[in-house]
Amino acid sequence: MTAAFASSRPGVPLIDGIDKVLGRARYTADLDRAGALVGRILRSPIAHGEIVRIDTARARALDGVIAIVTGADCDKTYGVLPIAMNEYPMARDRVRYCGEPIAAVAAVDEETAQRALDLIDVEFRALPAYFISKDARAPDAVLLHANKPGNVEREVHHDFGDIEAGFAAADLVREHRVSCAEINHAQIEPHACLADFDPVTGRLTVQDVSQVVYYLHLMLARCLDMDESQIRVIKPFVGGGFGARVEVLNFEIVTALLARAAGGRVFMQLTREETFITHRARPQTDVVLKLGMKKDGRFTACACEVTQRGGAYAGYGVVTILYAGALLQGLYDIPAVKYDGYRVYANLPPCGAMRGHGGVNTRHAFETLVDRMARELGLDPFAVRRANLLHAPMQTMNGLMVQSYGLAECLDVVEQASGWKERIGRMPPGKGLGMSCSHYVSGSAKPIHFTGEPHAVIHLKLDHDGGVTALTGAADIGQGSSTMVAIAVAETLEVGIDRIRVISSDTAVTPKDNGAYSSRITFMVGNAAIDAAKNLKKILIAAAAKKLEAHPDEIDCAGGIFRVGRGGQAMLSFKEVVAAALVDEGAISVKGSFTCPVEFQGGKHRGGAVGSTMGFSYGAQVVETSVDEATGMVTIDKVWVALDCGHAINPLAVKGQIEGQVWMGMGQALCEETRYLDGLPAHASFLDYKMPTIVESPHIEAFIVESNDPNGPFGAKEASEGALAGFPPAMVNAIVNAIGVELDEIPATPDRVLEAIVQHQRKVKLAQKKARS
Amino acid sequence: MHEPSAQYKKRLLRIKVNGRWREDAVADGCMLVDYLRDTAGLTGVKTGCDGGECGACTVLLDGLPVLACVTLAVRCEGRSVETIEGLAAQGRPSRLQQAFHEKLGAQCGYCTPGMVMASEALLRRNPTPTDDEIRAALAGNLCRCTGYVKIIESVKAVAGLAP
Ligand code: FES
Ligand code: FES
Repeated sequence: MTAAFASSRPGVPLIDGIDKVLGRARYTADLDRAGALVGRILRSPIAHGEIVRIDTARARALDGVIAIVTGADCDKTYGVLPIAMNEYPMARDRVRYCGEPIAAVAAVDEETAQRALDLIDVEFRALPAYFISKDARAPDAVLLHANKPGNVEREVHHDFGDIEAGFAAADLVREHRVSCAEINHAQIEPHACLADFDPVTGRLTVQDVSQVVYYLHLMLARCLDMDESQIRVIKPFVGGGFGARVEVLNFEIVTALLARAAGGRVFMQLTREETFITHRARPQTDVVLKLGMKKDGRFTACACEVTQRGGAYAGYGVVTILYAGALLQGLYDIPAVKYDGYRVYANLPPCGAMRGHGGVNTRHAFETLVDRMARELGLDPFAVRRANLLHAPMQTMNGLMVQSYGLAECLDVVEQASGWKERIGRMPPGKGLGMSCSHYVSGSAKPIHFTGEPHAVIHLKLDHDGGVTALTGAADIGQGSSTMVAIAVAETLEVGIDRIRVISSDTAVTPKDNGAYSSRITFMVGNAAIDAAKNLKKILIAAAAKKLEAHPDEIDCAGGIFRVGRGGQAMLSFKEVVAAALVDEGAISVKGSFTCPVEFQGGKHRGGAVGSTMGFSYGAQVVETSVDEATGMVTIDKVWVALDCGHAINPLAVKGQIEGQVWMGMGQALCEETRYLDGLPAHASFLDYKMPTIVESPHIEAFIVESNDPNGPFGAKEASEGALAGFPPAMVNAIVNAIGVELDEIPATPDRVLEAIVQHQRKVKLAQKKARS
Repeated sequence: MHEPSAQYKKRLLRIKVNGRWREDAVADGCMLVDYLRDTAGLTGVKTGCDGGECGACTVLLDGLPVLACVTLAVRCEGRSVETIEGLAAQGRPSRLQQAFHEKLGAQCGYCTPGMVMASEALLRRNPTPTDDEIRAALAGNLCRCTGYVKIIESVKAVAGLAP
């Protein structure tokens, strides 16, 4: 399949962008909260222990305290995966990490709520706590969850192709071990929730920062033991997600419990520290990766062992450990792949899904080993990747379907743009170039909560004003999904985008949608939007035909004008056709839907659904760095990145997504990590959690490659995640190119770089000594 | 019933907010960000951290950028504060706001009010900043969405143009 080089269409600003720049966009904390009580959470001061006693009497007696809830008020577990709901909104008999919610207070003001928390007496019996995977897996370790021996939440063993034959056929076999620190989403908007409970009607309304409004609705019903029909969840503007809000979070349920207990309205905003502790981000990961390669760079086999330190509860854990293995495939042609994954419990805040979910750290291990081996064989890194390209359409050994594949073009684009051929090997001292490839899914082809329903549904409403209102449950969290819906509807109807209004994520109004995760919205909701718009167009064409006394097949509709035949004399404007259609129908509502066909839903092996998708995005990038060998300081000078997103529905937004994801990969590669001291978060502020400021951030030159996916909406695939995983390995490869030193750990903080330099010098000296003697 | 806390004394604050003088009773311990959001209703001013770490609350005090979350409201007695809401004229975005919109300098938009105000302060004192000058002026403003690329483009788009 040939891909267009780069998109030259400019794209459109976000339809809600003007509200953001004017400061009138209302995020959860900005909502009218007249009369709201203030909710605060009491958190565990210890990392592991039994709760012997909770006494709230002194707190209840405090003037201004309206409601207190504890673990005793909710005996229902919650969690994103139906098979692994092992968490209570507030701990009941055991705490498993420092900061786990134990109780909560609703009071007339912040100060009173805080004083009340101090008056709650809790007595613990401490248990041994484990902060690294190895300790948690020790044979004599106390189990965090009785049903998970060895503190392993999930073990995965997958074997595809003949792995032994693969390694035997290789000219070079190498293995390395890589460690990636735990990181956090660090979206700038802290978590917040506004819950209203009406004791008269028994109805609950929750406004909240969620990326998964429907799951939140579901879990509120479960944990509050309410009928779903009595609940409404609304997502206001959301200040970023990146996976932080892609599962239901304890504070959301706790706020609702408080509102019910108080018989009114409770507002809860977490501090930045609490937002960090709520966590659910990328786990600390150890990867041992072994690769077989032919002299010409072709891969013969890959064996990979991954250990993820998942934190205290299940969350998305099973999916994360499956993704880490599944995404070894679908990027290159590898004849044999063996994967062993271990998701481990530890006494730390639970990890979850973060942009590039599951694939980032294994990709890092893979792409850095490829470069090590290429150096040994004297091969160019681009040539090695080109020697292993897939040919779409195809199916991988683990059942992943690759229908469009623009990786070759991505490689060409960044090789050329970065001047790779002219510059590689000729960089001044301390400066280096590195490259890497990566990919990601456009939505998981099988939904997490399997109900048999379509994977995406959109409603369109057309009324007397001639405006088209698109109702979608898809959560716009800043990525521009509502704008994508507006464009998809407008282009299908052939009307201006101003005619489209999008209402998103209000469970009383919008159809159910699984939410903003796995980069599913453009592919699935985009296709549903096109389907809905086509259905609406049919009604309009029928009305036009009737009015113009023609057959519907004869009606030509272009630019919002309906005529009989192309260039016909008799014509109707969009508003005239709407008026005609309303005569027959009254206000019009139509629906569109999309479902990934079953053949795309993954291999038959256990866990085969994870990684399955209808369309992979592909990315290649080149990173230029400077390394100061005296200080260990790494500077990123420039990045060139190309992403095959199938077709850019909104090129402006696609470029913004490419820049943002690459930059987020840079944060993980360069400086971000969460740190715990005996389980106590030592990173839980923006001073201690170091994400790149604008000063450390280089220019990122983003290119769009369009491979026109046969199933994507207008040919589109995802555009928000596929290039992220390429940054860390491209940077590490560039560091090697600059100073000849390999890094086994990220982030590449000065201490790690200096340590690697010292180790490297020691090795060189030893080798020299050996050579002399 | 619960009585208001006597911990902080209140005093009358006279302050110019977005060009209009107001008078409000304000507790001594009240931060400017809470005064602006809760009393003046200017929720365009954001908070992203527990104090002084993210720049989301940046407003202009007598034309200079300050972090409203670490500035006591009573310290602004008799002074002029400008927030994101004050930049628009008759509901129309300023050139800088328009540029952030058109160039996609705002994705989720949460850092945007702070970014725009810090950029506004820069452009008032230096109408034609270089990339490095823009970086220096926005060094205290974190954004998690854009990688800052389009933020720089947005500021540059109005550099050299009259406001
Ligand atoms: S809110 Fe973060 S610096 Fe003020
Ligand atoms: S646009 Fe989201 S934090 Fe900057």
